[in-house]
This record gives sequence, C-alpha cells and structure tokens, in this order.
Amino acid sequence: MSGSLLAYANDVDQIFVLAKHWLLGYVPGPLEPITSAILSVVPVMLAFPLLFAITTVLERKGLGRMQNRYGPNRTGWFGILQPMADGVKSLTKEDIVPRTADQLVHYLAPVVMVIASFLAYAVLPIGRNMVIANLNAGVLFFFAIGSMVELSVFMAGWSSHSKYSLLGAMRAIAQMISYEMPLVLSSVVVIMAAGSLSTVTIVNLQAGYTGIWPHWYLFTPWGIVGFVIFMIAATAESNRCPFDMPEGESEIIAGYFIEYSGFKFALFFLAEYLGMFATSAMAITLFLGGWAAPFSFLTWIPSYIWFFAKLLTIIFMFIWVRGTLPRLRMDQLMNFAWKFMLPLSLINIVGAGVWHFMPAGFVRWGAVSLLLILSCVLLSRGLRRNKWFHVRTYRYAT
Amino acid sequence: MTISFLLLAAITIIGTAAAMTLKNLVHCVLALTLGLVGLAALYLELGAQFVGFTQILVYVGAVAILAAFAIMMTRSAIPTLSNAESSFRASGSLIAVLVFAVLAWAVYTGTSKQAILLAPPEGSVAQVGSALMHHFVLPLEVIGLLLTAALVGAAIVAMDEPRAKQTRGRQ
Repeated sequence: MSGSLLAYANDVDQIFVLAKHWLLGYVPGPLEPITSAILSVVPVMLAFPLLFAITTVLERKGLGRMQNRYGPNRTGWFGILQPMADGVKSLTKEDIVPRTADQLVHYLAPVVMVIASFLAYAVLPIGRNMVIANLNAGVLFFFAIGSMVELSVFMAGWSSHSKYSLLGAMRAIAQMISYEMPLVLSSVVVIMAAGSLSTVTIVNLQAGYTGIWPHWYLFTPWGIVGFVIFMIAATAESNRCPFDMPEGESEIIAGYFIEYSGFKFALFFLAEYLGMFATSAMAITLFLGGWAAPFSFLTWIPSYIWFFAKLLTIIFMFIWVRGTLPRLRMDQLMNFAWKFMLPLSLINIVGAGVWHFMPAGFVRWGAVSLLLILSCVLLSRGLRRNKWFHVRTYRYAT
Repeated sequence: MTISFLLLAAITIIGTAAAMTLKNLVHCVLALTLGLVGLAALYLELGAQFVGFTQILVYVGAVAILAAFAIMMTRSAIPTLSNAESSFRASGSLIAVLVFAVLAWAVYTGTSKQAILLAPPEGSVAQVGSALMHHFVLPLEVIGLLLTAALVGAAIVAMDEPRAKQTRGRQ
C-alpha cells in the first residue's frame, strides 16, 4: 500500500516533467528541440511574474500591518486584486520621455534589465529534474547575467539626462559593484564543498538525509555565515531597504528611473523584483537545499512546493527587514561592504577549507565556529573606529 | 561556417565597428559592450564555458561599467565636431586593409584543407583550476601581486589629503 502511495507521490512530484514529455510526443521530430525549449521556458515566464504580482500585494499589506495600518483593501477581497489595478494603471498611463533624453538608450534600458533578470532563471532547479538548462558552469552563468543589470542601470541613468537620475545611477552602480564581491565570494564556499559549478549537482548533493536531518549546507558553520552574507549582499544587489539609497523615495525621488513613466516604470519594477526572486532562489539552491524537503519524512510533498515555500519564506524575510530597518547612508553602505563583508567572506572561505580537511565531528564544528565568530566580532569592533571594548553610552537629543 | 557563427560574427563586427565610428561616446561604449557580448557568445560556441561566462562577468560587468563611470564623471560625453575625422579616414582605412591582409594570409596559410582529428580540448572549470594551481601557479601569483598593487594605488590616488597639509595651507 505504501509502495503505491510513494509511486503516486512521485508522479505528483514529476507531474510537470511527465506533462512536458507527453506533449512532446505529439510534436514531429525536427520541431522537438524548439518545442522542448518553449515548453520549459513558458511556465517559468508565467510563474515568476505571477509571483511578482502576489508579492506586490503581500508587501504592501505586510508593510501596512507592520506600520499599524491597513494596506490596500479596496480592490477585491483584502486587496488581492491590487496587482490588476496596478497593471491597468501602468498600461494606460502616458509614456513621457524627456525631449533631451537619448531616445534609443532610454527605450532599451528597461528591455535590457528585464532580459537580464529573466535569463537568470535558466539555471535554477525549481524541482526534481526541473531545470531549464543544466549548464556545467551554472553558478558562473548566474553571476555573469547579474552583472548585466548594472549596465542597464547605467543606460537608464545616463539616457534621462537629468541630475537626479545620474546621481542615482552612480550610487546604484557603485553599490551593486561593491556588493557583488561578497555575493560571489560567499557562494564560493558552496562551490568548494560541492566540487562543481552546476546548480543541479549542488542541489542533488544536498538532497540526502542522515536519520531525519538534511544535508543542507546551511547546517554548517561556514554555511550559516555564507548564507547570511549572501542574503545581505542580495538585499543590496536588488536595491531593497536597508540598502535602497539609490532609489530612496524620500531623497532622490526614484533615482535612476525617475524619468520613466507608465509601463517602462512597471518594467523596471518587475525586473527589480525578478532579480530579487532569482537571487533568493540561488540562495535556496546553494544553501537551503533547493527543492529538498527539510526532514526525511516530508519528502512526499512535491519538490516544487518546497522550492516555492522556501522562496516565499525568504520574500517574507525581505518584507520584514524592509519594514523594520532604517536606510543606510551611502558611506555606511560602502564601509560595510568593503571593510566588513569582504574580509568576512574571505575568512569564511578559509573556514570552509579548514572544515574540509578536518575529520568529521564536534572538533571541527568548534574550530570553524570559533574562527568565524572571532573574526566577525573583531571586524565589527574594528569598524567602530578604535573603540574596542567600551561601555555603550547614549546621548539623547535635547 | 554555420549560421550561428555567421550571426555572432556579424554582431561582433557591427558592434566593434559602431564603437569606432559613432559620435556619441556613450553610444560607443554600449556598442563596444555589444561586441564583447558577441565575443563571449563565440567562446561559448567553441565550448569554452568558463572563458565565455567570465568574459561577460569581467568585460560587460566591470570594464564596460568602468568606461561608463569615466564618461559620467568627466564631461567627455558632449559630442564635439572635429575636422580631424576626414583626414584620418583615408590613412586609417589603408592601415586597416593592410592589417587585415596580413592576418588573412597568416590564417589561410596556417590552416590545412583537411580537418585535423584531435581530441577537442575540454575547457572545463576543473581543468582550468588545476592548470592554474599546478602548471601556471607563478603567473597566478604575479597577477595577484599586480592586482594588489593596482588596488593600493587606486586607494592612494582616491584618498583625501591628510589634515596637517590642509591646516598648513590655510595658514
């Protein structure tokens, strides 16, 4: 009986793969590669913008509740049709382009950003056997595509020929480049542990269990530190609060996309959120075991359900952080990236190397944890301008 | 001469040619980026995944952005009309034709009509890594030293002047 139930669970898990193979059976031979590509890509292109729409509502409601107010609650039941209203609004607004703007570059900037954001989903395994392209250098592909976003930010900021947009673009690019280094370096520890750059291999290596406990890379000292660094860098890469100085709504209005209106603004918004989802999905792939269930007795729940559950949890954490923390100033941002996160990620790599060469057991947990905690404390104390061990005093405004 | 190679070669050539001939400097940088992306796609077509993606990561993500910053920080983006364009065009194209002739002759006499059956070299990341760590470890360390020197130099150039000098200047 349990055997047939397990087979049933496996079918539900692989339902999209089986559906795709069944549809491909109806397609003549020469057309099969292109139909296979289309059948792989279209669900991703439908699912993630839908998730974007849901996230906009969740974010506005969530932020509203955290700020002790209702979010949008007029469109539909509890404001759930708000994305439809936003979509109609952005489509029907007039598309204003400044007369002195660089017309072609102004038009191309949101296009390049959306293309780069969608391309990053090609290497993310959404379920068991459900990845669009199993590249041997998948993680490298992801970061290479991520670096194209900075180019589109430059195009947007420059082509508007406005001082606000230029300032915003400069700040945004400086921030994105600074935080790209801790992002990539914190993923190097996972690549070292897995021995491969392929995302499918990294997830498959985390899909085993010892007893009921999973083999996720999060449950190692270098994994925890790497995950935290990766998430902080991901927040900065997507220009989310507390790193949203480039698009601070109260300071430089909207930064590099100030001169965009209507649907192009919606495209920038979409690209930013898609980038946030892609980076979260990469964090899930690298540290949280991808589509693997957290306990061995929960593997009957389909793999894509686990992936989206983890993704929604991370999105909730993003919204929570946005509602809680104030914005960092530009110099505080840059100090944090170059003086704290970068050395800590390099020491994390050393820690992962030490972990690899020590025999398994409590000793290596203690040694690597000590190394990482000590370096974290020393770096953060060192950043406070030589006030090493010092009673905290408060000064109230008078 | 497959169609994908022809398309990518066309993109690369058009991008780099546009980078040399356009008047607006920002357009030149963007056209150069297009040419570099075409180069990366050519590397990928040859099967060198690591080099191809690193080309995008480094050239498009860093070098093009560096050029963009240089344009943003200075006022060189204002297009200037110069008379030197027409006088350089004749001699420039003559030199370009000569260089192309030399390169074409070298490629044509260096390749054979029959396909040489060698095992295709794998450019996998593991092989690149082990080659860097074993055979090419000295160049790797020298490059590391060079990058450190560049970082220190950039920090020194960008640093504020020390306070003592400023107060002495004020007095």
